[in-house]
Amino acid sequence: MSKTWWKVLGAILVLYSTVGGLLIGVPRLAILNETIRNLYFHVPMWFAMITLFSISVFYSIMFLLKGEESYDTRAVESVNVGVVFSILGLITGSLWAKYTWGQFWSFDVKQNFSAIAILLYFAYLILRNAIDEEQKRAKISAIYNIFAFPMMVVLIMVLPRLSDSLHPGNGGNPGFNSYDLDSRMRAVLYPAFIGWSIIGFWIYTIRFRIRSIENKQQHN
Amino acid sequence: MQLAKEVKYLIHKEVLLEWRSKYTINGVLLYVVSTIFTCYLSFVSLGDKLTWNALFWIIMLFASINGVSKSFLQETKGQQLYSYILASPAAVLISKMVYNILLMLALTTIALGFYILVFGTYPDTNLLMYYIAIILGAISFSTVFTMVSAIASKAGNGGMLMAILSFPIIIPVLILLIRLAKNAVDGLPWDTSYDEISMLLAVNVVTVATALLLFPYLWRE
Repeated sequence: MSKTWWKVLGAILVLYSTVGGLLIGVPRLAILNETIRNLYFHVPMWFAMITLFSISVFYSIMFLLKGEESYDTRAVESVNVGVVFSILGLITGSLWAKYTWGQFWSFDVKQNFSAIAILLYFAYLILRNAIDEEQKRAKISAIYNIFAFPMMVVLIMVLPRLSDSLHPGNGGNPGFNSYDLDSRMRAVLYPAFIGWSIIGFWIYTIRFRIRSIENKQQHN
Repeated sequence: MQLAKEVKYLIHKEVLLEWRSKYTINGVLLYVVSTIFTCYLSFVSLGDKLTWNALFWIIMLFASINGVSKSFLQETKGQQLYSYILASPAAVLISKMVYNILLMLALTTIALGFYILVFGTYPDTNLLMYYIAIILGAISFSTVFTMVSAIASKAGNGGMLMAILSFPIIIPVLILLIRLAKNAVDGLPWDTSYDEISMLLAVNVVTVATALLLFPYLWRE
């Protein structure tokens, strides 16, 4: 039980935020209308992505300090899962944009910068493919991972705030804070953040275990 | 103090090596001049300020990736071992960065002169602010590309990896630079650009700090 309680919690939270997100009342806002519900599915993806990339950086630092192979496996698997979440974030965002901004991709700063941030992690994965020797690959990719992380934060969190954007919360558009006034939305959104992060973490632990078994089989 | 002495010695070594062969500076200079000339032949005249500014920064981006990536990629194993025995990793990294900044400052200044000679300027351009954008550009390109070229050289397959690894990292910096330079071209007052200038400085501080922390792990093999 002590090992499974958080998985149960994550499943319940995601279930609750999905059902609640579709049924519980939302404020009536012009243009947004019912699409405001996308908030429950779009923003938690980025939240889960940031969680997973932070885990990855943590294990990259641990690898540089300790040099154990399992830390490297943890770092790369959390990047793998994080990349999936970031792509889901882009997809949910552009589906929403189709109904509010009029097209899937309108070259908004927020869209462009998050796409570039994903490129950063693709570069990380390609760097791993380029090196054959295991120890060397682990070390160099850990260094790149740590070096790239602050740039990812600048791309996603800082730069969009410096320029006008169509995205809620930027350039004078009604943002998170104005929805936040509605306590009904807060009651769904925050559980969704935690729930999706837990699910992301769960997927990452499963992938890590699969990869560890594969590595063990290869060594035998 | 030991560090400062080592850095000074290594910069002296780099400059001396470059002065003897003059390969990088002349090579990149020829690269920049021929690119600008090719652009001139194909564009003939640039319609608006936006294109003028963007074209200059694209040329600068590729010129600096060629110039700076040389710093680690073209060193032989023996040369690296030599400086490894001689100095601390921090000194090696700082000296490379400072040397690249000097190199890029010289290059970008000449490139801007030639660019203006070929394409002309716009009447309300604030040249001083534009030059500050270029100085900041030279510094940020050098710091980022020096570290990435160290990573790419250890990974052991040069140019291709260098481009893949450095472009996503340099894009946020490049966007800030282009925005600052555009303010200068439009002749906007100084206080509109303080945001960009301070962001660029902050990004550079973060880059240098993480590079200094990480480089020792990369250096020892």
